[in-house]
Amino acid sequence: MTSKNIKTISDPKLKLEVLTKEDVQKIHNATLQIIEKVGVRFPSKRALEIWEANGAEVDHEKKIVRVKPQIIEDALKKAPPAYKLAARDPQQDLYLDGNHVNLGTDGCGVEVIDIHTGVKRTSCLQDVRDIARVADATEEVAFHWVSVSAQDTPVEARGLHELKAVWENSTKHVQTESVYNVEEAKAAIEMAAAIVGGKDKLRERPILSLMQCTAPPLGHDGGSLDAALLAAEAGIPTGFMTMAACATTGPITMAGDLAVGNAEVIAGTALLQLAFPGAPVFYAAAQTASDLRNGSYTGGGPEDFLFGAATNILADFYNIPLSMGSFATGAKEPNWQAGLEGSLSTFMASIVMSDMLLGCGFLHGSRIWSFAEMMMDCEIFSIIHKMMQGIEVNDETLALDTIAAVGPGSHYLGQKHTRKHMRELFMPQFMDRRPYSEWETKKDDARDWAVTKARKILKEHQPDPLDEKMSLELDRIIKSVEK
Amino acid sequence: MSEELFKEMAQSIIDGDSDISTELAKKSIELNIHPLEAITKGFVVGVTYIGDQFGLGEAFLPELVMAGEAMKSAIAVLEPELLKLGEAREMMGKVVLATVEGDIHEIGKTLVGTMLSASGFEVVDLGVDQSADKIIGKALEINADIIGMSALLTTTMVRQREVIEELDKEGLRPRIKVMVGGAPITQDWVKKIKADGYSEDAIGAVKIAKELVGKE
Repeated sequence: MTSKNIKTISDPKLKLEVLTKEDVQKIHNATLQIIEKVGVRFPSKRALEIWEANGAEVDHEKKIVRVKPQIIEDALKKAPPAYKLAARDPQQDLYLDGNHVNLGTDGCGVEVIDIHTGVKRTSCLQDVRDIARVADATEEVAFHWVSVSAQDTPVEARGLHELKAVWENSTKHVQTESVYNVEEAKAAIEMAAAIVGGKDKLRERPILSLMQCTAPPLGHDGGSLDAALLAAEAGIPTGFMTMAACATTGPITMAGDLAVGNAEVIAGTALLQLAFPGAPVFYAAAQTASDLRNGSYTGGGPEDFLFGAATNILADFYNIPLSMGSFATGAKEPNWQAGLEGSLSTFMASIVMSDMLLGCGFLHGSRIWSFAEMMMDCEIFSIIHKMMQGIEVNDETLALDTIAAVGPGSHYLGQKHTRKHMRELFMPQFMDRRPYSEWETKKDDARDWAVTKARKILKEHQPDPLDEKMSLELDRIIKSVEK
Repeated sequence: MSEELFKEMAQSIIDGDSDISTELAKKSIELNIHPLEAITKGFVVGVTYIGDQFGLGEAFLPELVMAGEAMKSAIAVLEPELLKLGEAREMMGKVVLATVEGDIHEIGKTLVGTMLSASGFEVVDLGVDQSADKIIGKALEINADIIGMSALLTTTMVRQREVIEELDKEGLRPRIKVMVGGAPITQDWVKKIKADGYSEDAIGAVKIAKELVGKE
């Protein structure tokens, strides 16, 4: 299954087993033990009531919930294993079925390297529009995360201004991580429903999905929980993302960190299933190891890459789709570190067929948006897309007739077989394979070409706009939330 | 005899062992060692050593945190004794820390608190989701030199500005200095809200705090 102007990884030919079945079972058992004995914090009245009604032990003062394994396991079984992320253009619907790796833009940053001046500055609403428009044109980007914070809009409706900006500039699916309270979630659902033609339609065609961050270790944010419950009730795909980080918000050892993150995610997911059985949910994770020198989120490094490969095995074990953090980097500009971390994290998350990858475009631990980085990340995704196709071995690809025709010596450039298959070779956009002398006169590189490409898209690409009346309707909904 | 004890005290900090540092602090009281002497000749030596090792790249953040906590445990035993003698430790300054209203993220802020305490600041950590009134009220109550505020969300970091505006309105600056931190905080934001100090990590925060109280 393919979607218009979207490149996804499917039918993988490469495999990797980073955790054995026994390993997964051990992590699962540890997770259940954590949820039952240590508990998870759910600071939401609604969430605590749901837990209590379903037989969990609830400490109302500390807002900690302890749950018997059977309740968690039974609840998780109600989650649908596969579903579609709908797009404003139905030809761009995405499949979360275990056989598609869909790349998104990353979020949610606070600064942007200005596409025209190259100077770093505070992010604003126009940036959300521009990034959405470039992503709309870029086939590697299958869906949007709200990329940067529209810091020039009122805080109480910021998440809504951002959503409108993306919908007005792209027909692809939108996932937001920036709607984390009841008022905004209600309005966001109303906006999505308006676009697809009503709440029932939205259930069939969820053009919006919600991602909520957990508050590790072993906690959730109250507003996030309430927003997630509203979304699940409306049939909007909803996921909880853990970013439990070794040494600070999680144990120093990777297995322990996986268990803590897993406890947050599956407890949250079970809550949604208890409240609304069968609601579309996904697992989301971007674990990392904290830097031992300054405690910072590293966003990259071998531990991250392993987490990237391990988490989909857990999500598969629970039979729900996964949204996996990839392309994270601590690099301050698009450089060696950014390329290395982007490549390895994305390769490891892709080889296990994570359903969603989040995402392209950021520097400095998902804080600074760079259009050059976005374009180069997309090329990395394309390279991995090609690698995942593996090596086809058959009579045609063994090319015995052609080998005989060329014989020892000579060359293959003049062969029909070569011409027939040449477009199967990967042609990079941003790799420098020129003669040295040509480089020497220009001294330009991938970063220059990438930003040039983004500028060209921004100038030329015309997305299918939202109907003007619809924009006004969205404005009306946003206004109702603004103070 | 006390030389040996001082060495053990320093070592308990270096090992980050709160149980032992507590025990040694109690022992020093039994032996009639002046609490200030136990602190400066014993425990502080360990903190300084770990700090130096960290500076050299030999020690890591968990060791700093555990040293800070072992120090805190020892001080908790010795401070009441000091008070009985009518004396007090010379502090670097008083700091009120909080995560702003609407925000529940506090790991970085807590870490800053640990580092500041270990460096000789008196720290009152109010926790998360704290209104401007509560933060400023506590600062006035303890006569704080510094208010430190954390925020993780772009929608809550605006609260940092509210606190600063309130302080300005009350004419409490520059008497009270303001430090801010948190993942979305940038140098531009700091300039915009006219905060006095900002650091991207806990180690840097100590340096800034020392500068703000004129002790660096």
